[in-house]
Amino acid sequence: MAKVKMTVNGRQVGSDCEDRTLLVHFLRENLALTGTHVGCDTTQCGACVVHMDGRSVKSCTILAAQAAGSSITTIEGMAKDGELHPVQAAFKANHGLQCGFCTPGMVMTADDMIRRHGANLDEATVRAELDGNICRCTGYHNIVKSILAAAQEMRAVPQAAE
Amino acid sequence: MGVEGIGASVARKEDKRFLTGKGRYTDDMSVPGMKYAFFVRSPHAHARIKSIDLSAASDMPGVIGILEGKQLQADAIGNIICGWMIHSKDGSPMKMGAWRPLAHETVRYVGDAVAIVVADSLGEARDAAEAVVVDYEVLPAVTEALQALEAGQPQLHPEAPNNLIFDWQIGDGAATDKAIGEAAHVTEITLRNNRLAPNPMEPRATLGIYDSAEDHYTCYTTSQNPHVARLVMSAFYNVAPENKLRVIAPDVGGGFGSKIYIYPEEIVCLWASKKTGVPVKWTCDRTEAFLTDAHGRDHVSTVKMAFDRDHRIIGLKVDTIANLGAYMSLFSSAVPTYLYATLLSGQYAIPAIHANVRTVYTNTVPVDAYRGAGRPEATYLLERTMETAARELGVSPAELRRKNFVRTFPYQTPVIMNYDAGDYEASLEAAMASADWNGFAARKAEAAGRGMKRGIGMSCYIEACGIAPSAAVGSLGAGVGLWESAEVRVNAVGTIEVMTGSHSHGQGHETTFAQLIADRFGIPIDNVNIVHGDTDKVQMGMGTYGSRSGAVGMSAVVKALDKVEAKAKKIAAHLMEADESDIVIENGELKVAGTDKTLPWFQVALAAYTAHNLPPGMEPGLKEGAFYDPSNFTFPAGCYICEVEVDPETGKTEIVQFVAADDFGNIINPMIVEGQVHGGIAQGVGQALLENVHYDPQNGQLITASYMDYAMPRADDLPSFKLSHQNTPCPSNPLGIKGCGEAGAIGSPPALMNAITDAIGNNDLTMPATPQKVWSALNAAN
Repeated sequence: MAKVKMTVNGRQVGSDCEDRTLLVHFLRENLALTGTHVGCDTTQCGACVVHMDGRSVKSCTILAAQAAGSSITTIEGMAKDGELHPVQAAFKANHGLQCGFCTPGMVMTADDMIRRHGANLDEATVRAELDGNICRCTGYHNIVKSILAAAQEMRAVPQAAE
Repeated sequence: MGVEGIGASVARKEDKRFLTGKGRYTDDMSVPGMKYAFFVRSPHAHARIKSIDLSAASDMPGVIGILEGKQLQADAIGNIICGWMIHSKDGSPMKMGAWRPLAHETVRYVGDAVAIVVADSLGEARDAAEAVVVDYEVLPAVTEALQALEAGQPQLHPEAPNNLIFDWQIGDGAATDKAIGEAAHVTEITLRNNRLAPNPMEPRATLGIYDSAEDHYTCYTTSQNPHVARLVMSAFYNVAPENKLRVIAPDVGGGFGSKIYIYPEEIVCLWASKKTGVPVKWTCDRTEAFLTDAHGRDHVSTVKMAFDRDHRIIGLKVDTIANLGAYMSLFSSAVPTYLYATLLSGQYAIPAIHANVRTVYTNTVPVDAYRGAGRPEATYLLERTMETAARELGVSPAELRRKNFVRTFPYQTPVIMNYDAGDYEASLEAAMASADWNGFAARKAEAAGRGMKRGIGMSCYIEACGIAPSAAVGSLGAGVGLWESAEVRVNAVGTIEVMTGSHSHGQGHETTFAQLIADRFGIPIDNVNIVHGDTDKVQMGMGTYGSRSGAVGMSAVVKALDKVEAKAKKIAAHLMEADESDIVIENGELKVAGTDKTLPWFQVALAAYTAHNLPPGMEPGLKEGAFYDPSNFTFPAGCYICEVEVDPETGKTEIVQFVAADDFGNIINPMIVEGQVHGGIAQGVGQALLENVHYDPQNGQLITASYMDYAMPRADDLPSFKLSHQNTPCPSNPLGIKGCGEAGAIGSPPALMNAITDAIGNNDLTMPATPQKVWSALNAAN
């Protein structure tokens, strides 16, 4: 057992966990932040993507202890003051989700992708960069559309760095 | 239609919680005192259990209890059942072998559950499970259906000699043989429909809670049909009587059929909660899902299609062998029979059809309905055969199909189905125009200039949705009725709750069902709540599968709305001293037609509940329920065209264009319908290009048990899709809806395979068309 401290969605948190605890389980079980999901055991599906110090990581593939001292943003930290983040709003407007299970990871990946590529994001790049996120419902058609729409929106309204 | 009524692409009400991480899936549930379960599973495909030693595991840290199959049997927990009786052509009933929720004598597939460990943490449960010592006598295993039927093969169940479950037929064998004998041309082909893993992104999970004070059970579970789960767990598995068992399917992360069935884990966790005295949660990991979720497809068929001199089909003969795995899952017997062979007429007028189907036990996980369930198998068979015939006859594939389309309705096929409405020519024309079919030759030449092989393929599918009526399916062997229920509760302030027996696990019912109310009464959908997935809140329902929620579930809502509307009009007429027949409801108001008299909706609702001034003899309140039993199936249909480029150097296929033209009847929310088609096509493309469940035929080990080994379609495997609709309203339900949930997965695999075989000039290619297979087929042809 170890006491692990980090900043999650802007709040200082600390909790005891087994040494083998993965970040995703620390978030889900210790902090009750159940928006981050587990869809596979092999770092393939991306349902668990969160931001660690501003970069997207698969929280199923990092120990909670490795994330000690870092700043984590989960899907629960994306909307501000009741307003959906532009990526979330674009997914809603473009029907970029169906069952919702892969959605948190998709949103976190998309936000990272848009921030890295900015105005240069095109369909081929979005499809290539979604390689680490699996969706079984949408056929990706509307996810791609949502991300491109969000990129447009975020280009129009510059986002503060995380 | 109004901005939120029928036909409007309303953004989904449910999205906000999913987008903000506030969805509540089963694994998100937590209750005080809850402990974690891990299942001990067979590592062998076939073995006799000689002994189980729990002593070392029981002493491990954190262990609350370990339970095995003998205890389950001692507590009289029942065997898992198949809910659809099929009789062989000799009249004998299907041969059902016993499926124990926890095996204690024989295990029959890798992953068969043997014991459950309950511990303080999941890690401790897993550690203790590894310390359970099961002494197995390993037996020979068989994984392929064809092989399992041969003499001298391993025998799975004593009830089923030669592993044959049933040998069933449909249609007129003599007439079909006669047609084949008299034919000008017979196209013969053998087709394999590959085995698939459904893979909803949310793995299965269950939380069993036993309350000893009330002697009451609560089951949270990842189910598409919680009421059926409660019924079956009460009536057949002896877990608890219905009034002592509440089943809740909260947010469910996709199903595609795999979450219809009641699996061992729900039953065992409920029972284990009582035995251990703690709430027990189990969540599947992905490899466990590959091992234990029911798979789909896995057919091998031989086909003979007979044509006269004018290229009209005069007969179709099909012989199919279907692999059902180690045990008979809930609807497994219906999938390769009444959901498959009844669709073998496709969109075509075929005077004589005969199909023979044998189903077989093998040492693999059970096979059951997966998106389309029997209809993709029928469509793949017909549309690959039609394309092959067109090539053999030297005619255009479109012309061959046109010549054979059913054009007058209703049309009675020789295999039970009575098609009620459709316009197959319209979908074909629309798809060909959208795909620029006539410009293909130029595109092919251009691709050839770049060294690429370009091909085009089509498929014209039909499916049957909203399986019904109940009396008819009962006569065919179904163990349940296939109606749906609804209750519309108008609150005293005029807001509305709709209880539906349908279950949404991605389909967007909270929005589309609310659109019905907005359309009828002009009430904003924000004032309407759709309640589903909880047996304590919704009295009864049959759940969501087979694209039935619109055609059947919404029709039940319409019936209840009719009753609510009639009562509201009576109250309004009484209050406004008008004739009931003069009352109209518009924009949230009840008006007396031709006058300026009007009452807001909420005031009529309030009047119903204050009951100070109601028509003489009227009961207070405004709440109505309805059960709807359809009079026929619905028949969505359409035409899909796929265009590909194959790189002859690598055998890799790229989809350069995918066009879908569908007839879904009337549409409630076009945005959601298109989303369903996108997802269906992706699964069909997955089947044709990427996905395949592979068991090692030597030892029955599942080789494709993770996303490292099983190729799921990813964003860069797929193009954007071009969709259109050519709708003919369905005459058999009040909304004219046909259903859209499975079409994409049904129509797309043959279109893709027809395109690839066109590109490479070799028809001998099986799904999935991996680069290695395509490259080999291309070079075999050259």
